[in-house]
Amino acid sequence: MKYDIILSGVGGQGTLSVAAIIASAALKQGLTVRQSEIHGMSQRGGAVVSHLRLSDGTVDSDLIPIGEGDLLLSMEPLEALRHITYLSPSGRLISAAEGVENIPVYPDMNKIREEILAQPGARIVDARSIARDAGSLKAVNIVMIGAASGSIPISKENFMAAIDERFRTKGEKVQEANRRAFELSLAEACGAGS
Amino acid sequence: MSDIVLLGDEAVALGAVHAGISAAYGYPGTPSTEILEFLLDYKSRHGAPHAAWCSNEKTAYEDALGVSFVGKRVLVTMKHVGLNVAADPFVNSGLLNIRGGLVLAVADDPGMHSSQNEQDSRFFADFAKIICLEPRNQQEAYEMTLEAFDLSEKFHIPVMLRLVTRLAHSRAIVQVGAKRDENTLSKPDEKRGWMLLPATARQNYLDLLEKEKEMLAWSEDSARNPLENVREGKVYPLGIITSGLGRNYYDENLPELGPDIPRLHISAYPLPADKIRTMASSSKRIMVVEEGYPLIEERLRGILKHDTHISGKLDGTLPRTGELTPEAVRKALKLAPRQLRSAPGMELPGRPPQLCKGCPHIDTYQAINEAIGDDPDAVVTSDIGCYALGALPPYRAIETIVCMGASIGMAKGAAEAGVKRVLATIGDSTFLHSGITSLVDAAAADTPMTVVILDNGTVGMTGGQETILPTSRVHRMIEGLDIDPAHIRTISPLKKNAEENRLIIAEEIDHPGLSVIVSIRECIETAKRDKKKAAQEVEA
Repeated sequence: MKYDIILSGVGGQGTLSVAAIIASAALKQGLTVRQSEIHGMSQRGGAVVSHLRLSDGTVDSDLIPIGEGDLLLSMEPLEALRHITYLSPSGRLISAAEGVENIPVYPDMNKIREEILAQPGARIVDARSIARDAGSLKAVNIVMIGAASGSIPISKENFMAAIDERFRTKGEKVQEANRRAFELSLAEACGAGS
Repeated sequence: MSDIVLLGDEAVALGAVHAGISAAYGYPGTPSTEILEFLLDYKSRHGAPHAAWCSNEKTAYEDALGVSFVGKRVLVTMKHVGLNVAADPFVNSGLLNIRGGLVLAVADDPGMHSSQNEQDSRFFADFAKIICLEPRNQQEAYEMTLEAFDLSEKFHIPVMLRLVTRLAHSRAIVQVGAKRDENTLSKPDEKRGWMLLPATARQNYLDLLEKEKEMLAWSEDSARNPLENVREGKVYPLGIITSGLGRNYYDENLPELGPDIPRLHISAYPLPADKIRTMASSSKRIMVVEEGYPLIEERLRGILKHDTHISGKLDGTLPRTGELTPEAVRKALKLAPRQLRSAPGMELPGRPPQLCKGCPHIDTYQAINEAIGDDPDAVVTSDIGCYALGALPPYRAIETIVCMGASIGMAKGAAEAGVKRVLATIGDSTFLHSGITSLVDAAAADTPMTVVILDNGTVGMTGGQETILPTSRVHRMIEGLDIDPAHIRTISPLKKNAEENRLIIAEEIDHPGLSVIVSIRECIETAKRDKKKAAQEVEA
């Protein structure tokens, strides 16, 4: 078994933290993990991408081959489109709804949404509103993990354990909000039929 | 043995700790930074080994030489272009009788994710005639670091560990062992090995050439250079030589290739020439899959018969520039391309990195732009750091970015060539790294130019390391050059000071001698981090 995840977003959104949480959950699941990321200049508000490869055997390449990705999880809609080529025709695409409009000419959001939804296996998640319902706007990234968790071969318990671990030092309240964000998002994803 | 998740960089750092280093030095530079960050954190928790950032890569390497001279093991880290700065001590250190193991971990950045070129450090190892090890995954990064220290002490040479971005910044589970003891302090009995006077250097060079033979013999036998699938008397249509991450991308495609292809993987240099010849004798064509410049591919010409059919980066089988990828290797192997999704039916605008919201450099650049006004003859040079992003719109404030420290020397040259209004912009850490020597030149000549030091108190681009000296000491250092105190100015780059700052910069540009303006405001990212830390401490 292998499962390849492309994570994308904009520098400062916490894309690498999302990768780290999924990687940590995968380790709890007993999987082999390779997590590739780019530091430095690209983190200053630019496009960010991380390749996360999970396997029950060995992983050769740190990079996911183009056309092989099982899941493209994007914290930002325009960035979701940028990395489509990595996703296999049968893969899933899950993108947050809210854009980061930090460039001079940001394309029409309706057009971006249309393009995303035209892709097979695609879904747009209103991460902000689910995070608000969970009690913390900061939990948008955990909402995205929750939305994708059903597609990733990792148990819910291991996801929860990884999230708890991540926020252990932040206090019970923050931990609880993030747990709730994950649960709400997972429930919503099931409702969406995925 | 225990399993931990480590970045390639961290695997090197932990390998060095377990190899028994007494010290580690470096200068921050993507993608090498996390090696020393890990060691600084390790030191703060365990008290040892010593770890410290230095002014630049040259001083770091020289510190390391001092540690080795007195018998202890030492790691020195930098990015590929940093080795240009450290080239003088590095190349000379090949002639030394290295005592305590000295390992240079240097991280190349093929594809230039965060660099100004994609030079290949293996050429430097070859130039200095030392051993280079090239890990292809995190486990090898850990193990080869241990081995590098042993080799350094065995052959009495420095050993290079060559990393690339994708390994440095990729995480995996690493199985690690126990820490061994540090060496004891001991000065060498004989001194020739550490003295490069012409008479002794000639001797030492002869010694190095002798060692070169031993290193070659070691490389031929090393399990780090495995030759596979070669059978006596059988000739295959294609044989593959891989190195570094090239092997990973080859292996990724291997299931579709069949198992019977001769393959030599090279991860230890000097090149094992005999193994290469054996491999070539069993293959009609050789393909070289290596990350970086075509070093192996070029060297094959001197090892193999001239009519050997060699494919790789030089004949266009693999791309000449950028990173290797699984796709590029797949194409080179003539495997059918994978089925792809249809591309989005719209143009996607790029999203280049940019200065953070609230960054002090924004205010400084705006003031500079306004002070210079619409003057096409003015020259504004710049340097390496976050502030290089001032080249992009909407600022377009700077015209040159070359290498650490170049802004000041280039401004001096432009002024001496006859340009009237010349301004150099340089960050505080870059200034201390290698701008200071050029400022000495400019002070000596009282060159009519203006140096703007963008003092944000941090090494921003690499993640906010502390600058080696605080602002107050930088200021006193500049004053110590005896520049006219009336033309050493300080500005605070804030919106409310915009007009005042513009006037000061305009005045100094028109001053017919050297001016230094220090633009002081803390990096917005570091300020946020410090504030958060302070709040946490209050809570605790």
